[in-house]
Amino acid sequence: MKKLLLLGDEAIAQGALDAGLSGAFGYPGTPSTEIIEYIQRNPEAIERNVHRTWSTNEKTAMEEALGMSYAGKRAIVTMKHVGLNVAADPYMNSALTGANGGIIVTVADDPSMHSSQNEQDSRFYAKFALMPAMEPANQQEAYLMPRLAFEISEKYNLPVLLRITTRLAHSRAGVDRLEVLKENKLHFPENPNQFMLLPAFARVNYKRLLSIQDDLVHESENSTFNQYFEGSDKSLVIIACGLAYNYLMENYSAGKCEYPILKIGQYPLPKKQIEKITSECDEMLILEEGMPFVEEMLKGYLGNNLRVKGRLDGSLPRDGELNPQLVRKALGMPELPSQKVPEVVVGRPPALCVGCPHIDTYKALNAALEKYGSGYVFSDIGCYTLGYLPPYNAINTCVDMGASISMAVGAADAGLFPSIAVIGDSTFGHSGMTPLLDGVISKSNVVFMILDNEITAMTGMQDSQVTGRIEDICIGIGVEKEHIRVIVPLSKNHEENVKVIKEELDYNGVSVIIPRRPCIHIFKKKKRS
Amino acid sequence: MKKDIILAGVGGQGILSIATIIGYAAIESGLNLKQAEVHGMSQRGGDVQSHLRISDKEIYSDLIPHGAADMIISVEPMEALRYKPYLSTDGWFITNTKPFVNIPNYPEMDKIMDEIESFKKHVALDADQIAKDLNAPRSMNMVVLGAASLFLDIPFEKLEEGIKFIFGRKGEKVVESNLKAMKAGRDFAEENKT
Repeated sequence: MKKLLLLGDEAIAQGALDAGLSGAFGYPGTPSTEIIEYIQRNPEAIERNVHRTWSTNEKTAMEEALGMSYAGKRAIVTMKHVGLNVAADPYMNSALTGANGGIIVTVADDPSMHSSQNEQDSRFYAKFALMPAMEPANQQEAYLMPRLAFEISEKYNLPVLLRITTRLAHSRAGVDRLEVLKENKLHFPENPNQFMLLPAFARVNYKRLLSIQDDLVHESENSTFNQYFEGSDKSLVIIACGLAYNYLMENYSAGKCEYPILKIGQYPLPKKQIEKITSECDEMLILEEGMPFVEEMLKGYLGNNLRVKGRLDGSLPRDGELNPQLVRKALGMPELPSQKVPEVVVGRPPALCVGCPHIDTYKALNAALEKYGSGYVFSDIGCYTLGYLPPYNAINTCVDMGASISMAVGAADAGLFPSIAVIGDSTFGHSGMTPLLDGVISKSNVVFMILDNEITAMTGMQDSQVTGRIEDICIGIGVEKEHIRVIVPLSKNHEENVKVIKEELDYNGVSVIIPRRPCIHIFKKKKRS
Repeated sequence: MKKDIILAGVGGQGILSIATIIGYAAIESGLNLKQAEVHGMSQRGGDVQSHLRISDKEIYSDLIPHGAADMIISVEPMEALRYKPYLSTDGWFITNTKPFVNIPNYPEMDKIMDEIESFKKHVALDADQIAKDLNAPRSMNMVVLGAASLFLDIPFEKLEEGIKFIFGRKGEKVVESNLKAMKAGRDFAEENKT
């Protein structure tokens, strides 16, 4: 069969589909979004009616997958690294309930924070939950891993975490497919109490989870994704995790690496191989994308295992993603001759698009706030975060999904006036409804602006769960009808929009203003078709 | 055979179409390929780049090392210069000269042109103008691809097939203007390569 040219994300999607997947659950988030997008447009997935609609957030996605697993079928959950914080409650508990149908929790980490508010290494979450984890080095492994992950998940009745990082998620290469496995039939868990985490059962399940840890190590020791390559020079051994293996081999593409290499793609770490290399070699260099996870384990808390080099001793930077030249330096090789960026080049940060509705919203908000000065606007995660940049300078915070509303409530309750939240429609659906309820109940003096462009724009035009429902949701939560105001952010409405915002600032209670105009990209698309 | 290519531009200018067409042609020619793209925040009018690696041997890194690129292909002149550290000392530097100005501090064009002309092997062309003259203003990126095609070591017909494959569903007219644009870029490079 001809190779498929797939992004790392797409390879995971195709791999899961070919391994008997029945449902994909997730919330868009760079760099994970393309996994579900691929399944949504894949003809075989459509034909099989694999579940593939977006969930409201990562927590609901994780729980929906758990439900599918309870019913005996194979499910994949997808999210970016910070999404796993949102899903942490069901995720951690899923280690105790375990799985019936296989579950893969796919988390895309974003080292260097290309499109994120922090760096996290999800391998820590796997260890925290005592779950096995996999980390592909290339697109072919990204395709193959879901198959083994489902197998292990069903063999040990335990979800498996599949970790990918930005570069592989968004890089294409040719992938060979395997035969397509059939989906599972509906079937209850053998033990009817498996998913019943009353303390008495949870204690039993936890003991079981602890008791299979050695088996999981054994799986890693025998995994084809953990490979030892012999080397003639034993003064150094290199442990290369996931993608880092490529940056290592890039520097040896002319020949063969003289040092032994342990390539890691499956966790917990394979004990046998680690013991072998520590007894045979003088020094270790640990190459891993993200945090010094393996390095800390091998170095020990006091750091007195001085033979271990990596991100902690300065051989590699402590933060940010790896690349071939950083690894080259850590190997002690001379730099390739290269030139500097000419001084004439200046930065070009991302910006709101020409014609973006958020521009008109921010202009109106800035005008309405003129007499108060700046420092009163709590914002959130989305395109509108770019309203921080000049010429708008319109917002003061960006923390996590939904925090605009909760922080505005907290600040108002501290006595800050005015206290304003700016949140997008999809983010409001994800995590804005519960803090809105807090604001209503504490009768906070706040203005919430829900910027409704009818799409999840920043991640590339995914459906928004709350399209057509925002007013009803606000009424249902208890916002007074006359303080739910819809405006159309266009420059011709500027004066009117400023007036509406001022009126609601003057109201002592919870106001919701909904600036509503479709994202310029869906507008353009509709115009063309 | 090995070609490491940095594609550069501003989000929305169409560098991914260039990457897809070269990628298609490479796969059809039986070569290995890796292509790292930028998705997410930067696509909103920020600088974007793609690392495209083609080889008849196994390719490891998804990123091209500094000093190893055989070619920079850029649809915007300042963005082309941003990736200079990647270019090998005898690499080709191929860029559109029409600036995309969406920042208040865009540098003076004279200074940018001086830098471009300092590359030993370069092709600089106003691809926007060439595309406009062909009545195909949206095919600027294909003009740039055409200019680069001269140095790709991939048969030109394979790239033409790539255009037909990528733009086929948009209709015959779109395919034709993209083919025309690519040919015009190639002709320019034939006459003006230095």
